[in-house]
Amino acid sequence: MTSINATGYDFVDLNNQIRKSEKICELNNCLGQRFISAGLKNKIITINGTPGNALGAYLNGAEITVNGNAQDAVGDTMNDGKIVIHGNIGDAAGYAMRGGSIYVKGNAGYRAGIHMKEYKDKIPAIVIGGKAGSFLGEYQAGGIIIVLGLKCSNEIVGNFPCTGMHGGKMLLKSDCKNVRFPENLSVKAATADDMKEFEKYISEFCRLFGADKEQIMNSPFTIITPDTKNPYKQMYVMN
Amino acid sequence: MLKEGQVRIPSGCAISAVISKEGKRMNGEKIIESMKPMHDRSNGLGGGFAAYGIYPEYRQQYALHVFCNDKICKDECEKFLKESFEVVKSEYIPTRKIPEITDEPIIRRYFVSPLSSVLSSMQLDEKEYVVRIVTKINTEMKGVYVFSCGKNMGAFKAVGFPEDVGRFYKLEEYEGYCWTAHGRYPTNTPGWWGGAHPFALLDYTIVHNGEISSYDANRRFIEMFGYKCNLQTDTEVITYIADYLLRRQGLTLNETASVIAAPFWKTIKNKPRAEREKLTYLRTVFSSLLVTGPFSIILGFEGGLMALNDRLKLRSMVVGEYEDKVYIASEEAAIRAMEPLAQNIYSPAGGEAVIIKVKDGDINGR
Repeated sequence: MTSINATGYDFVDLNNQIRKSEKICELNNCLGQRFISAGLKNKIITINGTPGNALGAYLNGAEITVNGNAQDAVGDTMNDGKIVIHGNIGDAAGYAMRGGSIYVKGNAGYRAGIHMKEYKDKIPAIVIGGKAGSFLGEYQAGGIIIVLGLKCSNEIVGNFPCTGMHGGKMLLKSDCKNVRFPENLSVKAATADDMKEFEKYISEFCRLFGADKEQIMNSPFTIITPDTKNPYKQMYVMN
Repeated sequence: MLKEGQVRIPSGCAISAVISKEGKRMNGEKIIESMKPMHDRSNGLGGGFAAYGIYPEYRQQYALHVFCNDKICKDECEKFLKESFEVVKSEYIPTRKIPEITDEPIIRRYFVSPLSSVLSSMQLDEKEYVVRIVTKINTEMKGVYVFSCGKNMGAFKAVGFPEDVGRFYKLEEYEGYCWTAHGRYPTNTPGWWGGAHPFALLDYTIVHNGEISSYDANRRFIEMFGYKCNLQTDTEVITYIADYLLRRQGLTLNETASVIAAPFWKTIKNKPRAEREKLTYLRTVFSSLLVTGPFSIILGFEGGLMALNDRLKLRSMVVGEYEDKVYIASEEAAIRAMEPLAQNIYSPAGGEAVIIKVKDGDINGR
């Protein structure tokens, strides 16, 4: 294992150090360096401190664990791999993500999962243990977003979730009585069959962060999907 | 060289702030440290700081910080100041020669008091008089720019990266109970000293990350009340809006936030009746002061500060605490640079004002 003291490194030098390191790598005293592990595969990286914006951008198979909070745009356009955050994440997590998974123990900021997409077997997933800010899943085009709202007293999502959603699935551990969704979406209580599809993500979340899987699985969930295959039919052009 | 007003500037930027709720004074070292991890948010074309509680020995006077292009401008400025005020002290603002900061103008500081005979003959209160004189200088006197004019506080700004600007002004030698900071990323023009943040009027200062799209609508409205947007940067107009709503209209900070970052009508519709009526009133009466487009701002004022995001939250902002101090910054890393043990880190929602005040009576420091 390589251990790197990030103090004094800018993001270029720090990423060069990580690329040169052994497969298992630990970063200590991280403070705001951006683009950590961008585009990497075949590495297992643990970060102590506060990584900067666009952590794991374009990630291509590497595994990142952050012991603390992460900032904005975690996993921006990531393709494969896994990012685990033992804290909260900032805005726009998983921006345009196209594969791999992000697990967050705490809360997510605004616009988590904005413009996520999927293609055949490349189905990205974000699991948020706490609550998510406004515009969750904005323009979602594919992939899976799960919000568990653990230890969360009021609504588990902010305003305007799923604005512009036209693909993928969102699963919220709530009856969503007080949440307003846009039209053109199907919002319904998740059935046992639905839950089977999401079980592996919830199991992994519980394994990573030590939550009670049975209790979570037995709670009421709401599943949100686009209503038709072409939700914007005739909205912009006569198609 | 084209300056602001001749060319439009959208900006990226970094902001940060620290305040002691106990009114304990701290020097400028920590706030400079906070800008280092956010270095890449700026591009070296502007950095600045506002500090509160730094001039306790002159707390009765207005501290004017002035850029003068040359000695002729300086002499003209001083002549006008002597006609307009009692000038208690006049000096250069101490700076440190460093290779990172070049082409500085003449940088002066004047501690002044309005003459009571003038005030009574003009039937103006002190603050309004200072605003009018400063506006007159900034509008009419070529090559002179008053960039700070509050009591017991001051703005310090320059072209450069913020951490260098802090060293240039020797901010480690000042002690204040509240500091704000800004790193600038103008992308269209060379940037100039007056265009750096904070923008200050009386004790109000604004540091701003973002680019407001309502600038012209806001400017047209605010200029009806005697303000002059000489620099034509978006941030300048927010400072005048704050002064207009807080000082002249007497709105509270929360009401001011509800004007600048008014909730959507859809959101207002679902509020309880009393709140709904109030929000509707504010949005209707001050509709021209709604600020749209991405922004996160920190408004500094005597005894406190207010942080606010645009209602869509198109810019980042994080708040943290430790002991008597509250920290606010564009990135958590900046807070950790000031206080590694900061707790209760959270991101305020769009349009949610975070207001921190020093305990009453403690603003002059201990």
